[in-house]
Amino acid sequence: MSTKKNWPLWEVFVRSKNGLEHRHFGSLHAADAEMALENARDVYTRRNEGVSIWVVESKNITASNPENNGELFEPAQDKVYRHPTFYDLPDEVKHM
Amino acid sequence: MSEEQIKDLEAQFEARIARDEKIEPKDWMPEKYRKTHIRQMSQHAHSEIIGMLPEGNWITRAPSLRRKVALLAKVQDEAGHGLYLYSACETLGVSRDELYEQLHTGKAKYSSIFNYPTVTWADMGAIGWLVDGAAIINQVPLCSTSYGPYARAMIRVCKEESFHQRQGFEIMMKLAQGTPEQKEMAQDALNRWWWPSLMMLGPTDAESVHTEQSMKWKLKRKSNDDLRQQFIDQTVPQADLIGLTIPDPDLKWNEERQSYDFGEIDWDEFWQVVKGHGPCNKERMNARVGAWNRGEWVRDAAMAYAEKQQKRKRTSLKKEVS
Repeated sequence: MSTKKNWPLWEVFVRSKNGLEHRHFGSLHAADAEMALENARDVYTRRNEGVSIWVVESKNITASNPENNGELFEPAQDKVYRHPTFYDLPDEVKHM
Repeated sequence: MSEEQIKDLEAQFEARIARDEKIEPKDWMPEKYRKTHIRQMSQHAHSEIIGMLPEGNWITRAPSLRRKVALLAKVQDEAGHGLYLYSACETLGVSRDELYEQLHTGKAKYSSIFNYPTVTWADMGAIGWLVDGAAIINQVPLCSTSYGPYARAMIRVCKEESFHQRQGFEIMMKLAQGTPEQKEMAQDALNRWWWPSLMMLGPTDAESVHTEQSMKWKLKRKSNDDLRQQFIDQTVPQADLIGLTIPDPDLKWNEERQSYDFGEIDWDEFWQVVKGHGPCNKERMNARVGAWNRGEWVRDAAMAYAEKQQKRKRTSLKKEVS
């Protein structure tokens, strides 16, 4: 295997139609951003799956570590008062 | 980590899968899970890439523009499917280069069916109808496999694959309704592709080494023999419908089992092709490795251009600041 630089990895996000958010679709290799966009179009939108594409080089994404899931996400579990169902209302109040 | 801790983690891991939870790339996983997935996913990706070759053979000679655009789109889909699967595989920490290296050196396998030649146009019909048909049967259960990136890639693959089978069946149907020569061509293709398609669903359960572990990890939901039976039961009536004959004198409807009984599969042939002695193993590898090598200067040029552009951008930014 050669030691020279290979095309870096890019993550692809596609907005399937206006009004919806961009969603992660997958990844691909490309030499630069422009090529990544062109490749993303060919690889991920062959059947009208999108109206807009974002590409970002994978190395620029910082991801949380699942090992820290406890400290990150567990504190939200006992905060039931953040949900509307926590509050008592008289039956007479139909919509609130 | 002590052995006990690992055992504990493994137990938790298996329990998560049993609960139908998905495993994502950064989650802890047993080394064997990682390795098995790299092996299966890359083999799958390689099959998509090599699978383009037998069909690519007919693109320039498709009998009409309608057939040509369809075949071109199908082959392009296969490239896409290979790419989805390679990227899913890379989430397990193996590089694209390593995966290609494994394919090109013969360390990694691809589906043996692509080592058969495509000698007539009817082969495009038989491949779509039978090979893609068998592939779909194999792939649909993988949409709910335990490894998240694999499952997501398979959902996309399966969505796109059903057009492949239909276009193949349509080719066979039209040929079967055509002149006696055309019908004969269709029958000949069916004769040659039937048995390799059955083999494509894998060795018999008794010979299959990975089944038990793969079932646990939902890499497999049904045994090879069950999948094969499902394929036969669904395909035989389709052949009847277009007036073609399945090349198996022992094929017979079994009223009691509500399934078809079928003849002996020539497993010697299967293992010969797996071991590299099929009609086109060498040709396929030469085509693939040749394409990769001939493309090297293009990849290098693109990388050099990208680096130069970036450098230029940085220097002009610096000038603006100063």
